[in-house]
Amino acid sequence: MTDQALLSARSLSKHYGNRIGCTDISFDLWPGEVLAVVGESGSGKTTLLNCLSTRLLPTSGVVSYRMRDGAFRDLYRMSEAERRFLMRTDWGFVHQNPADGLRMTVSAGANVGERLMALGERHYGNIRASATDWLGRVEIAHDRVDDEPRAFSGGMRQRLQIARNLVTGPRLVFMDEPTGGLDVSVQARLLDLLRGLVQEMELAAIVVTHDLAVARLLSHRIMVMKEGRAVESGLTDRVLDDPQAPYTQLLVSSILQV
Amino acid sequence: MATPLVVSELSKSFTMHLQGGIRLGVVKDVAFSVRAGECAVLGGPSGAGKSSILKMVYGNYCADQGQIIVSHRGKLIDLVTADPRTIMAVRQETIGYVSQFLRVVPRVSALDVVAEPLVETGAALEVARARAAELLSRLNLPERLWGLPPATFSGGEQQRVNDARGFITAHPVLLLDEPTASLDRTNGRVVIDMILEKKQGGTALLGIFHDQEVREAVADTVIDVTAFAPEKAAA
Amino acid sequence: MSATAEHIARYNFAYLDEQTKRMIRRAILKAISIPGYQVPFASREMPMPYGWGTGGVQVTASIIGPDDVLKVIDQGADDTTNAVSIRAFFQTVADVATTTETGKATIIQTRHRIPEESLTAGQVLVYQVPIPEPLRFLEPRETETRKMHALEEYGLMHVKLYEDIARHGHIATTYAYPVKVEGRYVMDPSPTPKFDNPKMHMSPALQLFGAGREKRIYAVPPFTRVESLDFEDHPFQVQTFEEPCALCGGTGTYLDEVVLDDRGGRMFVCSDTDYCEKRQASASALLGEEDAR
Repeated sequence: MTDQALLSARSLSKHYGNRIGCTDISFDLWPGEVLAVVGESGSGKTTLLNCLSTRLLPTSGVVSYRMRDGAFRDLYRMSEAERRFLMRTDWGFVHQNPADGLRMTVSAGANVGERLMALGERHYGNIRASATDWLGRVEIAHDRVDDEPRAFSGGMRQRLQIARNLVTGPRLVFMDEPTGGLDVSVQARLLDLLRGLVQEMELAAIVVTHDLAVARLLSHRIMVMKEGRAVESGLTDRVLDDPQAPYTQLLVSSILQV
Repeated sequence: MATPLVVSELSKSFTMHLQGGIRLGVVKDVAFSVRAGECAVLGGPSGAGKSSILKMVYGNYCADQGQIIVSHRGKLIDLVTADPRTIMAVRQETIGYVSQFLRVVPRVSALDVVAEPLVETGAALEVARARAAELLSRLNLPERLWGLPPATFSGGEQQRVNDARGFITAHPVLLLDEPTASLDRTNGRVVIDMILEKKQGGTALLGIFHDQEVREAVADTVIDVTAFAPEKAAA
Repeated sequence: MSATAEHIARYNFAYLDEQTKRMIRRAILKAISIPGYQVPFASREMPMPYGWGTGGVQVTASIIGPDDVLKVIDQGADDTTNAVSIRAFFQTVADVATTTETGKATIIQTRHRIPEESLTAGQVLVYQVPIPEPLRFLEPRETETRKMHALEEYGLMHVKLYEDIARHGHIATTYAYPVKVEGRYVMDPSPTPKFDNPKMHMSPALQLFGAGREKRIYAVPPFTRVESLDFEDHPFQVQTFEEPCALCGGTGTYLDEVVLDDRGGRMFVCSDTDYCEKRQASASALLGEEDAR
């Protein structure tokens, strides 16, 4: 474990007029660490995720990121070109709806290869080989490489989206309800896949989910949000097994038992 | 060498916000220590707070106050105030835990469930798997089950997977929560032997054993948890 | 003067008013300064429908002077409706000389071809452009494509070529084949066949592109690098034809297929009518000389 955080948020707030999106959020994320942000819909989870990933300009606060050269940079003081470069090389973003993160009308291979081409890879054979390799890693059969994601099931689309994000070997991945809308067996497979990839690639991840089981399985740490504020945070098993805040206790007690 | 685990003035209560904020005291002023090569057993009737103490030592439960000092990487660390990252590091290297119930991860084989803690300490996958296979065969888990996810295993099979997972690493402190509860005598005996080996190897063990026979076989000291009962706290 | 001519005479020279021409010239100057960059301009209503070359006509109207000689081609031909109409339009509103000979023209307005005969310094080639944005069909958001141009994020362009190879085994795009201009902007060369792409590279002539409906002007100044995008293992290649032109016998030109009957009869002839006619004329002249001997 390194001694320096990968991403730091300090007093991060996003207000929509008089309404609070999220407010006064501070935390550090270390390399290889998975942070789950949980809370009911409308609690500000996705707003926070978007503010952290430079997809939404925060009202106030600072988000800094340790670049590959070791220098800490304030994300919102970087040029747009640098931010976008970061987003397609060192970061990934997995949307809840794969259609938001995929190009639905180009083949699976091109979806995975796009980031490589964006980085200047100009050898078709190499791009295709990487794409095929990544499809294998996310358990999509090699002979689907030329099929469009439109012909894929929901679970396959989501796995394809993950491959598309990970092909450049990012250090940080943002995920917005990555298993939302998938049925349970598909969800289990995806979670297992994500767990494996996170470990193998030593990925840091921020996962927004309303599903505490997903948070327990994937994350090291958890942040519970309510009405835009972080009401509790800590080790995932500590927060779930011994919740302190009233709202967390309510959440945990609301889990359905199978 | 520092005592691996020293607990003092430790208190724990639950505040039930959903029941009008009732405070339930669990334990108060817990104090004990466990030396290297010693097996300390938490004793007392059900509900006395044995499990809560064990979970606090693992960082799984919050403590209201007090100190849990462990010797981690040659430094003394107070787990009550440590940040989550430190606790994760302590769990990876210093404190191992054998829980009573297995939290099953879908689609991961029994062999890999057992090997995982060793892999996390940096061991090669093949090495870890070989060691896992050794432990599973010692605990008489049929080899045909090794490649399967333990979700569908019987209670006794799951517990053996769990025990193997807990014993695979060389953590200086090992917490045991009823490691033999669902085992037959033969396998219970194997676990006892494994505990005795850990003691010889200098591990500090803290455990809960309801089985009289197991307890007598392994315990060096019994910590009477009823001594830490809180006075009835008002709401 | 006929009644019609009197009426027409009330138009400003070259149809557009001087302020509009100034505005378009500024856009053209900017386009020349930033090769391949799409400059927005206030496109005017023209007396023809969109899709008939309103962009090219506005560009031509803004640069044409009384001494210019104008040639207009449509798919390489001087004698098709679009070419004839636009040529007649400028004859009427600008009273300029027109020609069908590539070498004699100072301005050539074109719909989807570049003449076979090499252009020379001082000539201007004006392209009619339907959709100027090469990224349009991959990324429909204009805000996003502008950003991609600004930040030189062109990975998406190669996605299109990748798809071609994945589906057809080779880059199957045959027209509007994307190019990179002077190592910076990716540009749509308008729906010319990719056969013409190499002619754009280091051309001594000035190349101007006008898209009327889309309100964009862009340019390739003389002697500018124009590279067709490709992959290392699938390099750019132009179309080749197995047979020579059925009329002039020329090889190495771009051929049109002409269907002769409904029994499958067909012939392949040069798409550049001027080039083809010249070759035919010199061939018959040569024959004539031989006959005379």
